[in-house]
Amino acid sequence: MWYYEKKLQYPVRVGICNPKMAKFLIEQYGGADGELAAALRYLNQRYTIPSRVMGLLNDIGTEEFAHLEMIATMVYKLTKDATPEQLKEAGLGEHYVDHGKSVYYHNAAGQKFDMPIQSKGDPIADLYEDIAAEEKARSTYQWIINISDDPLINDSLGFLREREIIHSQRFREAVELLKEEQNKKKVF
Amino acid sequence: MATSRKWYSPYVSPMDPCPPLSPVSYETPVQLYLGFQPRGMEQFSPFEALAHGTLWPGLYTPYTNPYLLKKRGIDTNG
Repeated sequence: MWYYEKKLQYPVRVGICNPKMAKFLIEQYGGADGELAAALRYLNQRYTIPSRVMGLLNDIGTEEFAHLEMIATMVYKLTKDATPEQLKEAGLGEHYVDHGKSVYYHNAAGQKFDMPIQSKGDPIADLYEDIAAEEKARSTYQWIINISDDPLINDSLGFLREREIIHSQRFREAVELLKEEQNKKKVF
Repeated sequence: MATSRKWYSPYVSPMDPCPPLSPVSYETPVQLYLGFQPRGMEQFSPFEALAHGTLWPGLYTPYTNPYLLKKRGIDTNG
C-alpha cells in the first residue's frame, strides 16, 4: 500500500505562457519512455526479481508517480488558461476536442498510452531494460530543455533529469548485486 | 574526473543542403563511470540536496542546452 504526501516532490513553476510546451511535455506523461510507463514497469517487474533488489524497484516505481504528478502540473498550468484557439495554434486542437482541458495519457504525437511496458521475467534482462529506459528518459528531458525557453520549467526539468541519472546508477548497482561478485575474492 | 559531455564532428559534404551544425555533443553523465557507489561519499545538506535533485555531490551532473553555447559562439563570430 501507499501513503500520499499532499505536495509535489519538487516545486513546479511555469514562467512563460506557451501552451506549445504542454504538447512536448505530454511525451513524458503518456509516452513510451515517460513517467507513467516507468512507474508501471518497475512496480510490475518487482514480483519476478530477486528479493534483494525488489525494494529498489518498489522505491523507484513509487517515485516515478511523483514525477508523473510534476509533469501533469506543468501541462495543466500551461493549458488551463489557454483559449481553444490558442490550443489549436499549439497543435493541441485534437487533444481539446477529445479531452477538453483534461490532461491525458498520450505522447507528443498524440498516440494513446498503449502499455508500452517491458517485463521479461528475467532479472538481468529487466534491469538492463530499466537502465536503458532511464537513459532514454534523461535524453527526453534534455531535448525538452533544448527546445524550451522557460528557465523556471527548465529548473524543474533539470531536477527530473538528475533523478533519471540517480535511478540509472541504482539499477546499475542492482545488476552488480545480482552478479554477486561484489567484494568477493575471485578464485578461478 | 570524467567530463560529462563529449563532442564529435560528423562528415560534412559539400553537397549538404544546410550549413553544418558541427560539432555535435552527447552527454556522458557520472553513472557511466562510478560503478558501485563507494561508502562514505560526501553529502549535500537536505535543502541543497532538494535543489540539486540528489543527496550526493559526486552524482550531480547538471545539463545545459549545448545549442546555446554554439549560438553564442556564432553570435560573437558574426
